[in-house]
Amino acid sequence: MSKQVKQLDRVIIRFAGDSGDGMQLTGDRFTAESAAFGNDLSTLPNFPAEIRAPQGTMAGVSSFQVHFADHDILTPGDAPDVLVAMNPAALKANVGDLRPGGTVIVDTHDFTKRNLDKAGYAANPLEDGALGDYTVHTVDLTGMTVEAVKEFGLSRKDAARAKNMFALGLLSWMYGRPTDSTTAFLERRFAKVPAIRDANITAFKAGWNFGETTETFVVSYEIKPAPMVAGTYRNITGNLATAYGLVAAGVRSGLPVFLGSYPITPASDILHELSKHKRFGVTTLQAEDEIAGVCAALGASFGGALGVTTTSGPGVALKAETIGLAVMTELPLVVIDVQRGGPSTGLPTKTEQADLLQAMYGRNGEAPLPIIAPKSPADCFDAALEAARIAIKYRTPVMLLSDGYLANGSEPWQLPEVETLPTIEPNFATEKNHSPAGAGEDGQATDFWPYLRDPETLARPWAIPGTPGLEHRIGGLEKGDGHGNISYDPGNHDKMVRIRQAKVDGIAADIGPTELDDPHGPENPARVLVLGWGSTYGPIGAGVRRARRAGHAVAQAHLRHLNPFPADLGEVLSRYEKVLIPEMNLGQLSLLIRAKYLVDAIGYNQVNGMPLKAAQLEEVITDLVTSLDTTQEA
Amino acid sequence: MTAQSTSQPLPFPVHGTAGVPTRGEDELLTGKDFTSNQEVRWCPGCGDYAVLKAVQSFLPDLGLRRENIVFVSGIGCSSRFPYYLDTYGMHSIHGRAPAIATGLATAREDLSVWVVTGDGDALSIGGNHLIHALRRNVNITILLFNNRIYGLTKGQYSPTSEPGKVTKSTPMGSLDHPFNPVSLALGAEGTFVARTIDSDRKHLTSVLAAAAAHRGTSLVEIYQNCPIFNDGAFDAIKDNDTKHDAIIPLVHGEQIRFGAPGEDGLGTKAVVRDEHGVRVVEAADVDPAQILVHDEKAEDPGLAFALSRLTSAGYLHQTPIGIFRNVDRPTYDDQARAQVNTAIGAQADTGTSPTDALAGLLHGTDTWTVV
Ligand SMILES: Cc1ncc(C[n+]2csc(CCOP(=O)(O)OP(=O)(O)O)c2C)c(N)n1
Ligand code: SF4
Ligand SMILES: [Mg+2]
Repeated sequence: MSKQVKQLDRVIIRFAGDSGDGMQLTGDRFTAESAAFGNDLSTLPNFPAEIRAPQGTMAGVSSFQVHFADHDILTPGDAPDVLVAMNPAALKANVGDLRPGGTVIVDTHDFTKRNLDKAGYAANPLEDGALGDYTVHTVDLTGMTVEAVKEFGLSRKDAARAKNMFALGLLSWMYGRPTDSTTAFLERRFAKVPAIRDANITAFKAGWNFGETTETFVVSYEIKPAPMVAGTYRNITGNLATAYGLVAAGVRSGLPVFLGSYPITPASDILHELSKHKRFGVTTLQAEDEIAGVCAALGASFGGALGVTTTSGPGVALKAETIGLAVMTELPLVVIDVQRGGPSTGLPTKTEQADLLQAMYGRNGEAPLPIIAPKSPADCFDAALEAARIAIKYRTPVMLLSDGYLANGSEPWQLPEVETLPTIEPNFATEKNHSPAGAGEDGQATDFWPYLRDPETLARPWAIPGTPGLEHRIGGLEKGDGHGNISYDPGNHDKMVRIRQAKVDGIAADIGPTELDDPHGPENPARVLVLGWGSTYGPIGAGVRRARRAGHAVAQAHLRHLNPFPADLGEVLSRYEKVLIPEMNLGQLSLLIRAKYLVDAIGYNQVNGMPLKAAQLEEVITDLVTSLDTTQEA
Repeated sequence: MTAQSTSQPLPFPVHGTAGVPTRGEDELLTGKDFTSNQEVRWCPGCGDYAVLKAVQSFLPDLGLRRENIVFVSGIGCSSRFPYYLDTYGMHSIHGRAPAIATGLATAREDLSVWVVTGDGDALSIGGNHLIHALRRNVNITILLFNNRIYGLTKGQYSPTSEPGKVTKSTPMGSLDHPFNPVSLALGAEGTFVARTIDSDRKHLTSVLAAAAAHRGTSLVEIYQNCPIFNDGAFDAIKDNDTKHDAIIPLVHGEQIRFGAPGEDGLGTKAVVRDEHGVRVVEAADVDPAQILVHDEKAEDPGLAFALSRLTSAGYLHQTPIGIFRNVDRPTYDDQARAQVNTAIGAQADTGTSPTDALAGLLHGTDTWTVV
């Protein structure tokens, strides 16, 4: 029987199984194959906070969604077209997300009474017609895997563990994925355990062959490569891109990078990654707690390193006092908050962007600092570099707001030319800079004033220990303007508070205008602007595209700089009748925009631990545009 | 300077200030050169003055370049210390100085890093950082000013106050059992642990010298009188009539004798081992060979810990003074730098520039090209 090949422009697959089933690895490999094939793609891993929740339970389900297409896409997709479910719990937890008419591939092996009970199924859904809306393929993946690898003499348990590779092989066949990279990967990964290596490769190939030969599957699909800007690409997650951005900041500034950090999901991988790159002069300290992590980083900054600390929301709360010290001492410091669901311990492995106000205001006193947010996994690289640039140039702590979705999600990244990355000039102070009033006119400075500022940037000199003649003391007590000695003078305090604010506000001149996408241009702008920040860029962009395709005029702006805002933002906002702000929080950017520009922003808020969905945004945007249209007609 | 020096790991053990630039022989400095232009603002009679003077006159003896000395402090009366020294300094936040100093000392092998802290700063809010600095053995010297009270916040009891202390926050007497900072430091794997007294300039200076020479975290507890909120806390060890019986001097290689001098010119009391640790006896009652000879280099901290328990728990009427422990263990910062330098060196040996190495890192193993 010859098989049919169907053309598709995009597909969303979700692999779901028990935490121990290797679904993240399966998804990663499918992604790598798709990347190598040249599709555009976007991924969404989703896993429980527990390392191994009880086997077979809903709590233990782990999944990986990958969206790949023959065109430029922005999100991991709302509703999967295909669900691969390795057990009853995985089916139950995920089948509701599938699009109507979607395909379900089920490993029947675990559909025992016991496992059905654990998943809370009263009857077997494979038999009672519960999956009537879907095309269901029931396959004994585990049984076939065990059979395929029996020559390697593994225990039944070890043999069965290769079932994820069988599933990967099958899906790779269905979508015509190139298999070389996975075979090479398995060879590397299990080089030290030949039996396991061979079993995995064999299971992978058996899965492919099963698809090709069995009559269960009559169609395979082709998704052509996406046209992309010429260049060299790789797939990258947000955490990896963040770590690389920091390494690049070290190279481009010539400064040693010092990371002080305490493990926390979903930020730990940045610590792990940076620990591998000592050859770039990167030192990593796993501190005793978050406070020590940021303190050590600040100490290193005082010594002339690029001090960095990485954490998630609960850690930022602990670091607040030290970040305030960095504001006061005006030392460079990069604080990376990979946001997760909160408050408190919240949802450690889920995404959220509810730390914006904590970043903005979460310190005592008037303690402004620049805030930067990447918009996609690959953008974390540029955003981290930008955070370091501003921290060093303006001698200030900078907060980088990533999140769980960016951290673990991935997308193709066009490799930058290293020589074209921004250079960062530390400009350490080496000379005295002040002479007392009435001193001789010979222009020779006789003292060093640590708070005498650059008139343009308002940055203070960074004079590091070891520099002769510039010995000075800094600290958390209020500084006298210029000389930097302790000052309790009321007028001085008022002045210093305003200077610190002005320094941060002034960065607006250094960050470029608002990135606005309005196809109709300023002469004839759309009536609705959708404004976002951070990781909602993908879903918002996809929602806007859909609304435009349906004939609606709508503009989109996405903020990389949350503090200060781009200098023209107020003017941009004023061009639109309605400003819609979708956020994964209860309206934090809305609050800032309303307060600063007196714009009656409309929030679209979802706080369920998952990225926003393009379809929902399309609906919200469409409703808003049409409501305006009808008011006009009335 | 800072960056990517490729120096080899230091031999072990090494002097505490090895790697810090020294002054030329003609570059003489005195205590005055270490005195900043800021007015000292402690209360009259505060023990902090004496310590400041002692430190200012001791610092030139280190022979180091002034710009390579850094004092980092927390918050408290004592933590104002850095402002009065003409070195680099940071007056940081409450309890965090050891953590800040850890980052600084690790980032910069060419600095002599000192921490100034109080009993509340180091043992209450900053207790975690103190024990972890000691455990890591970062090359810093911590001066813990113990006045057994919260001075700056006007007189609440502290984690070293004697139980039952009546203060503003404990009108019916405090309930907390205190820390013995020396016992704590020994329990936290401290490699150099000493105790001295604000008013004994000679002893204080000798302990500072030994602490600076030690590579690793040196903890120096300084009994410091706060005449305003806890006056007389240390009278027993300062009063000429009582101090012989109150101070148990620890001198490396010497028998531990104290009390009024007897016929042999040595103290009439002595410390001997017993089955549980150590105990104080009348020297005349024991065979002189039984008297404990102090060994600050003992690998096992057990004996040092036992000695630390001779400090009275309530009002201070008896306490050992001196260096309890002084042993070598590789430091965190030396090892961290060695790892980084090894990696940098290995890369340099391949002839790859940092820019090319970065390009290689970003490229990774799985790429594809779109033409
Ligand atoms: C986060 C924080 N909490 C509380 C304080 C208030 N505070 C300042 S100093 C101090 C206690 C200082 O006691 P100690 O360390 O013994 O120093 P001393 O003043 O006795 O030298 C306290 C509670 C503070 N500055 N910061
Ligand atoms: S309150 Fe006590 S410790 Fe503080 S300065 Fe005054 S005397 Fe010294
Ligand atoms: Mg005190």
